[in-house]
Amino acid sequence: MNIFRKMLGDRDIELFIGQVLRTGVITACSIALLGGIFYIAQQGAASVPDYSQFKGEGADYTTFRGIFQGVAQGSATEIIQLGVLVMLATPILRIFFSLIAFALEKDRLYVLITTIVLGIILFSMFGGLKI
Amino acid sequence: MNILIFSLILLAGAYVAGLLGSLTGLGGGVILIPLLTLVFHVDIRYAIGAALLASIANSSGAATAYIKEGITNIRLGMFLEIATTAGAVGGALLAVFTPVNFIAILLGVVLIFSAAMTIRKKTEHIEQTGSKLSYTLKLNSTYPTPAGEVAYKLKNVVGGFSIMLIAGVLSGLLGIGSGALKVLAMDGAMRIPFKVSTTTSNFMIGVTAAASAVVYLQRGYIDPGIAFPVVLGVLGGAFTGARLLTYINPRTLRIIFSAAITFVALEMIYNGFNHQF
Repeated sequence: MNIFRKMLGDRDIELFIGQVLRTGVITACSIALLGGIFYIAQQGAASVPDYSQFKGEGADYTTFRGIFQGVAQGSATEIIQLGVLVMLATPILRIFFSLIAFALEKDRLYVLITTIVLGIILFSMFGGLKI
Repeated sequence: MNILIFSLILLAGAYVAGLLGSLTGLGGGVILIPLLTLVFHVDIRYAIGAALLASIANSSGAATAYIKEGITNIRLGMFLEIATTAGAVGGALLAVFTPVNFIAILLGVVLIFSAAMTIRKKTEHIEQTGSKLSYTLKLNSTYPTPAGEVAYKLKNVVGGFSIMLIAGVLSGLLGIGSGALKVLAMDGAMRIPFKVSTTTSNFMIGVTAAASAVVYLQRGYIDPGIAFPVVLGVLGGAFTGARLLTYINPRTLRIIFSAAITFVALEMIYNGFNHQF
């Protein structure tokens, strides 16, 4: 009986993680779609930027600050980038929830493993990898 | 060409890439990067940024269904993600110092390998005894089949982990999910049932891609004008593909398509050597 209950708990957590992933993707796509529609409505008639030359995006599209400032001003391209941020955050959030789930199960080994994975991703986010 | 027309064509192209990627099991990015670079003449770095996003969208979108069916081995995925994320961050770092032509050539080689992997003969194996490490790490599990729950055990955990490290580096360097290599690690080295390795690999791709995508975003590889049609198109195509898979047998499609991808890959390698990027 005890084992059965434990398995049922495990399953609930897995289903919850699946739900987190789905919600994240739907939210990200809705934001990107909204931004995309604004973008086309505002600049649709303009000619396409030259994508064959790599210039790299500026701070407006690559930093939290730049993106949120743009969104606050209602700029279409920054709204798309906000969708991109939500998309990137979804799997990271999933790891975070997995960590909580393993902690609740008192599975120390997997709390450690999950922390390592989360640490690697946070390192790549904040580790000053900008060169 | 104006932005409206460019966006619509890109949306349609990404839709087809997502559809074929899911029907053939190659994944969206494998088709998307050649499409963007060879057809739309987009710089390969913008293409890599967009393809990474598409991989995350695909992986996260499809994972829900597989988790519900109870096929995905979440512990195994988590454990192997140590290797893939570490590799992906390393790959993304290496990308700065790697000449673009070399990336194109390497991508061509990986594409050919992926094409070969999709058409190879698949033999299902279910191991009854696992290696010592598989017990320590609690990696052995069960999965549902029409005949009921089947228990499986894992072999060669260290070997699988090492291949995953390489898969991670390639994913970070090239912007693809490198699902073929992940399946090779799980199916080939660790002897996991085929269905479990495909779904667990797909589950892991999102996290692996996110690890390198945050680096690429900060470097300015992700352009909103390319990102939005690509993400929406690939995701839409993948959804349609998943629906179609229940009605059609993709065996013939896989063979035709693997041949096509090989030609595209050869063109990328050729262009890479001739400094066309």
